[in-house]
Amino acid sequence: MTGLRYHRPDSLTAAAELFAAGDDPRYLAGGQTLVPVLRLRLDAPSDLIDLAGIDGLVGISGDRREIVVGAMTPHGIVANDALVREHIPALAGLAGAIGDPQVRNRGTIGGSLANSDPAADWPAAVLGLGATVHTDRRAIAADDFFTGLFETALETGEIIARIVFPVPRRAGYARVPAPASGFPLAAVFAAETAGGPRLAVTGAGPCVFRLTEWEEALSGGFDAGRLAGLALAADGLNHDHHASAAYRAHLVAVMARRAVAGAAPS
Amino acid sequence: MTVDIRLTVNGAPVHAAVDAAVLLVDLLREHLGLTGTHVGCETGHCGACTVELDGRAVKACTVLAVQAEGASVTTIEGLGDPDALDPVQAAFREHHGLQCGFCTPGMVMAARELLRRHPAPSDEDIRRGLDGNLCRCTGYHNIVAAVRAAAADLGRDGQGP
Ligand SMILES: Cc1cc2nc3c(=O)[nH]c(=O)nc-3n(C[C@H](O)[C@H](O)[C@H](O)COP(=O)(O)OP(=O)(O)OC[C@H]3O[C@@H](n4cnc5c(N)ncnc54)[C@H](O)[C@@H]3O)c2cc1C
Ligand code: FES
Ligand code: FES
Repeated sequence: MTGLRYHRPDSLTAAAELFAAGDDPRYLAGGQTLVPVLRLRLDAPSDLIDLAGIDGLVGISGDRREIVVGAMTPHGIVANDALVREHIPALAGLAGAIGDPQVRNRGTIGGSLANSDPAADWPAAVLGLGATVHTDRRAIAADDFFTGLFETALETGEIIARIVFPVPRRAGYARVPAPASGFPLAAVFAAETAGGPRLAVTGAGPCVFRLTEWEEALSGGFDAGRLAGLALAADGLNHDHHASAAYRAHLVAVMARRAVAGAAPS
Repeated sequence: MTVDIRLTVNGAPVHAAVDAAVLLVDLLREHLGLTGTHVGCETGHCGACTVELDGRAVKACTVLAVQAEGASVTTIEGLGDPDALDPVQAAFREHHGLQCGFCTPGMVMAARELLRRHPAPSDEDIRRGLDGNLCRCTGYHNIVAAVRAAAADLGRDGQGP
């Protein structure tokens, strides 16, 4: 018998109140990160506040200008959604490349963003498209959301409710999976947006980041040829038994060119 | 904290009082005696614990029993029995899609989902659909052959998995 308490509130307000009242609470979404973490005893919260009972957090809506994805929408739903496939095919492709079918049936976009794993896929799309993260209390621009290794701009107890993706002119995503885990060793989301070109890198640094100088190279035309010869310094990039920092720097350049070359129009 | 949960398992109603930290796979195996669902890694990597939760394949070691409140769960025991195997089970036997059998219940459950999504799958679709399931014995070749045969079999009958 454990002391773990479980709650399933039916509104964002009730969830936030339970969080405020708990000793050391956690929200629970798809559980694809949190449940194994509990099992491995890497974390021992006092309370689990399951977001599954809150109406309106699952689903996709939108039009030719923007796509809105509810925080509790599983990756697999995004991957197969007709609206997403029509307007931002790269987003559907990214969602369909996460983990495996079982993980995609449970894992959610909100959980992935809140977790901000250095190798998570969703952060690349959110930063690459310049999306906005809407929480139970405010709207946070992607450029302000990811702040470090497993760190975000979310305040204690703040809940992601939905993500609004502006539809780009075109976008592409290229990733190299680590052979065992399937998480990207390095991946780049490239988008030609109304505000200019954007390139977001995941897997290579402590959290997702933009290649601003490379974006400038693309401002004269969204063409992979313009990235030829650009190289990323390996300093500060991730290195582990899967790949050295220098190899990741190399992969980022290759993925950036592939993502731009493969960008599909919206 | 103990939580009262009600769910449906293989068509039968289940009412259980479980600790909030109990995994769905432990509810199935320890509380309900349904030991066909296996535990390999207990951390979401091997797929041995795959079951269907409201018709979708999930790894039962990454779901808490309390999260299955109100849901319908299907385990390998809910498919065929030794005298009347489900078509996917029959294809695994026919095509030698198993050796030790440890991964097989999870493979069969994952194969059912991939056949629902791709009634006429390519070998690439089959391998992608079984991405979440590891096998230490077969080298996967005969598993792919079994799923291919199950697809053909189900296609002939005009029935889905
Ligand atoms: C085998 C395996 C392979 C995987 N492969 C990949 C991969 O290739 N790429 C990839 O990107 N990911 C991968 N993942 C991770 C997966 O995408 C997770 O689903 C995701 O990181 C977390 O989402 P979740 O819904 O499961 O969140 P949970 O595990 O439920 O929660 C994760 C964290 O986020 C918090 N949280 C959840 N929802 C909210 C919210 N709405 N507001 C505020 N906080 C919230 C929780 O409190 C918790 O701290 C993999 C996971 C597994 C098990
Ligand atoms: S036991 Fe659940 S995935 Fe390995
Ligand atoms: S048959 Fe032994 S693990 Fe697959």
